[in-house]
Amino acid sequence: MASSIHFLDIKGKPLLTKDYKGDIPVTALERFPLLVLQGSSDEYNTKPVFQDRGVSYAYLIHNDLYILALARGNVNIYSIMVFLRRLIEVLESYVKRLVEESIRDNFSIIYELLDEMVDFGTPQISDVQMLKQYIKVKHFKLEELINPIKALDNDQKVKVPMALTNSISWRSEGIFYKKNEAFLDVVEAINMTVTTTGQVITSEILGKIKIRSQLSGMPDLRLGINEKFLNAGLDRLNGGTENLTNDFGLEDIKFHQCVRLAKFENDKIITFIPPDGEFELMNYRILSPPNLVPLILVDYKLQNHSNTRLELFVRLKTNFKRRLTCSNLELLIPCPDDIDSPSFQTSATTSKCKIKYVPEKSAILWRFKSIPGGKDYSMIAELNLPSVKLQENEDQLKKITKKPIKVNFQIPYFTTSGLQVRYLRINEPKLQYKSYPWVRYVTQSGDDYIIRLK
Amino acid sequence: MSKLEKRLRNLFSSPRKGETFELKSGLASNYAMERKESIRRVIAAMTVGKDVSSLFPDVLKNIATHDLEQKKLVYLYLMNYAKTNPELSILAVNTFVKDSEDPNPLIRALSIRTMGCIRVDKMVDYMATPLRKTLMDTNPYVRKTAAICVAKLFELHSDSCIEQGFLERLVELVDDSNPMVVANAISSLVEISRFSNDPSVLNLSPVVLKKLLMTLNECTEWGRITILTCLADFETTNSEDAFHIMERCSPQLQHENPAVVLAAVKVLIKNVDQIDGEAKLTLLAKLSSPLVSLLSTPPEIQYVGLKNIKVILEKYPTILSRELRAFFCKYSDPLYLKLEKIEILIRLVNDSNATLLLSELKEYALEFDQQFVDRAIQAIGQIAIKLPSISKKAVDILYDIVATRPEYVINEAIVVLQEFLRRYPVEFTSSIIPIIADLSIQDFNNSKAISSYIWIIGEYTSKIPHLESKLQRVAESFLEAEPSVQLVSLTTVCKCHLFKPTAQTQQVLQKVLEHATQKVDNSDVRDKAFIYWRLLSLEQEHIQKEVILTTLPKLDTIIPLFPTSVLNELVNEISMLSTVYEKPGRDFVNTDDANRYFNPNIQSRRIEELQLMAKREIMDNTVKAEHLLDFDDGIEEDGLSGPNSIGINELNELNDLFSGFNVSPSPIE
Repeated sequence: MASSIHFLDIKGKPLLTKDYKGDIPVTALERFPLLVLQGSSDEYNTKPVFQDRGVSYAYLIHNDLYILALARGNVNIYSIMVFLRRLIEVLESYVKRLVEESIRDNFSIIYELLDEMVDFGTPQISDVQMLKQYIKVKHFKLEELINPIKALDNDQKVKVPMALTNSISWRSEGIFYKKNEAFLDVVEAINMTVTTTGQVITSEILGKIKIRSQLSGMPDLRLGINEKFLNAGLDRLNGGTENLTNDFGLEDIKFHQCVRLAKFENDKIITFIPPDGEFELMNYRILSPPNLVPLILVDYKLQNHSNTRLELFVRLKTNFKRRLTCSNLELLIPCPDDIDSPSFQTSATTSKCKIKYVPEKSAILWRFKSIPGGKDYSMIAELNLPSVKLQENEDQLKKITKKPIKVNFQIPYFTTSGLQVRYLRINEPKLQYKSYPWVRYVTQSGDDYIIRLK
Repeated sequence: MSKLEKRLRNLFSSPRKGETFELKSGLASNYAMERKESIRRVIAAMTVGKDVSSLFPDVLKNIATHDLEQKKLVYLYLMNYAKTNPELSILAVNTFVKDSEDPNPLIRALSIRTMGCIRVDKMVDYMATPLRKTLMDTNPYVRKTAAICVAKLFELHSDSCIEQGFLERLVELVDDSNPMVVANAISSLVEISRFSNDPSVLNLSPVVLKKLLMTLNECTEWGRITILTCLADFETTNSEDAFHIMERCSPQLQHENPAVVLAAVKVLIKNVDQIDGEAKLTLLAKLSSPLVSLLSTPPEIQYVGLKNIKVILEKYPTILSRELRAFFCKYSDPLYLKLEKIEILIRLVNDSNATLLLSELKEYALEFDQQFVDRAIQAIGQIAIKLPSISKKAVDILYDIVATRPEYVINEAIVVLQEFLRRYPVEFTSSIIPIIADLSIQDFNNSKAISSYIWIIGEYTSKIPHLESKLQRVAESFLEAEPSVQLVSLTTVCKCHLFKPTAQTQQVLQKVLEHATQKVDNSDVRDKAFIYWRLLSLEQEHIQKEVILTTLPKLDTIIPLFPTSVLNELVNEISMLSTVYEKPGRDFVNTDDANRYFNPNIQSRRIEELQLMAKREIMDNTVKAEHLLDFDDGIEEDGLSGPNSIGINELNELNDLFSGFNVSPSPIE
């Protein structure tokens, strides 16, 4: 497995290093920036896995950091990279945002985690809730200063959670809440490529069910989802590809490790003992959902006045039921890099929306705090281009019509896939307490809800 | 000056300056908090790459503490300098051994884990006893750590690891009641068998197999990967066993960790060939959605996932044919990912989805990244050559693209058109030739494109307008061209002359042949020119035509596929680096790597010698550090004070450390 893990800044300068096997020469790390930059002038295009002088490099880019693993021989690279991703998640639960600064400030806890999570290159544990029980965020307490001996005593109590190596490694015994509640969030992110005429080119729904559990003891939960949805999922699992009676187009369901997978496959029942706190119970993916219409329609026209002045006409329509409300609707409309005194007009009242030019993204941002369904607004943006560079302007114009309009939105109390939660049964065999499940639905844009311009 | 006076002067002299000194005094402070803070600062300095090895004895003195965090930091320091100063770390043995018997399992595990990371040969003797104890610890957390430690010991000193019977112990641990211990024992055995190149270390008996299948559902995600990978290597001999294994592993395809999913996919792929007929198809169909789910990851991981999908697709080309859309490039994908997705797309294409893919590829060809545009155009050629049913459409699309933005695409387009003509020599000449007609050799900027252009001229002499002037240009640039272009130019010029023997072609031919035989230093080009020249002077036209106008074999596909033997090896190595590099492990793993990073000098010394070396090293470092610190210290000191006296103090303190050195190496059984 991995011989060492490194954190480097975007220039390739090492920030923190954890060596597991000692079989990588020091020069290997020194060569990393050279190798990454050599691949191409744009560092983002260098392949994330490559070999040099017998050492294999694999990295992820995260917030201007390289998280790099070095290895020798033919190792399971996929699991190494998945682990690096998990490592980032764990670290971010400790330090909020993993950046150069936070690595410097928290080096000792990061070392501790790296030591605990991996041994001799083999990943051991990556469960945040468990790790937090014996690797604690340290902060000075007044008590410690006044009474160091007592503080020492406290530290002595740090023990490995018994559950860590058990088969239910994600939950400790003896958790207690006064009020037992479980909050269930169904979140569906929509990725879609739509043309300005409303034709859908690709679409997918990435759904997930998140649970925040505040339950005592070792509760056994059973989640009921509408039969139709489940059947569609099972049908796919068993490879029933041609069977398009499946109304949902459900591709794939993935479960958190607490769900009894064999039970689901055999009996169609989702049962589990949840970890404490927040986690993602399941996620699913629906490709080209047959009933999904574009929720936001955008029409776009561009008028070019001899390469010195541009007029953009954008029309927006919220294509869903009137009783629903969409919040934080944002349209990022591409425009040339260098524009002058932009002016905007819109058919919506100015209190409802804001339009501004965002130079760092080379785009115009049109934004609604909230907008109900069935509405129709339009906007005209007039942009002046620097008159000295006519040829350049023309090239730029060609380019911006290839860039898509990016749309961000959120529609609460609404799902598009047809998934419904029927019930969440909570049963703790010993304590037998009363508990309250809550369910919430929201549909939002994914990373790729875009309008392709022609 | 009396001794007392000197001492007093030393006492009241201004404090020494410098970070090292500050840390040194901090580490020796009377207050626990201050000592701990100093250790933190030492580690901070180490993290940014400063050499703080001179503080070794001072840090080491803080190892005996009840503060877990402090202990961890000291251990970290030890591990770090174990690599560069292995002789120093021997000094800590005593504490390690004591810690391995601590009542707190966390500390027992910590000590055995850290001990294994100190790569000094002599450490082996001291490790044996604690390792044996911890392997039988009552706490599973300690056992699972000890299991890994056996692999560490093996890589350090395999002989003694075998002599002491640790391998047998490890095999026993496979039968442990705790899932995590089992997983780590397996992981350790796999590592050992990889290191020693001896597959027999991990003997997969039916009993072990049963144990693994049972443990699979109970361990952590990382343990599952280890076990699944191990199961994939189990060679089943009959369909019953294979079916059983697949049945037990297939629920893992729904795991949220994509690495578990891929490991489970591997188990299925390795076993599915044992089964025939309908059942096999059902099993293969099960793979499609888990494979597609590998795309719901960050781009870097997706990239590795796609490389694996490519291997699997070549083995079983039909399993993903319904999933074409999932592999469409996203606008925000980084380039390396887009290129990899196109690799998958062209392998997934069939008659029913080809039209969809063509229009998608056309979109890509109209983007602005040159490499991506080139690849998209190439892909259009690849799928059109694979599937005759869409060839007409593909040509039309190419025509459109070339018409809208010639400057961007012409180089790649001409190569594709050339390949097109080699697959469909007559069908599309009426649409392709007009594209060529207006172009001249100057419109291209790479030799592949130029060669393709020249080849087309030679092949379709009768249909090309203004043939003579085009040939003239070819002849003019002949000397500056690459050898590959020169070779195809020769053929084309000869062909044209055979078809259209005019004064002009005669002249061009003469010029090219002369250049090639007299001025070109590439022997292939020269030889080819001589052969043609001789042929042309034979006056036997049928022989000339037979040789020069010979038709090339028709292309079937231009999608490069792995040779079968390589493919089979790659399938065995799914999820490993070999799938990313697209060559079997044995091709890039250097077997000499087994003799890893070792310093033979240090290995062969006896322990006393190491102690001596350690002392000397610390003294040298201290002296050096003191000198550096003294440079702005105005007070001149004489005789005994100054660096030497400190050195002696240091030595006394060290003696304390050494005197505690009472653990004797366990006798080798």
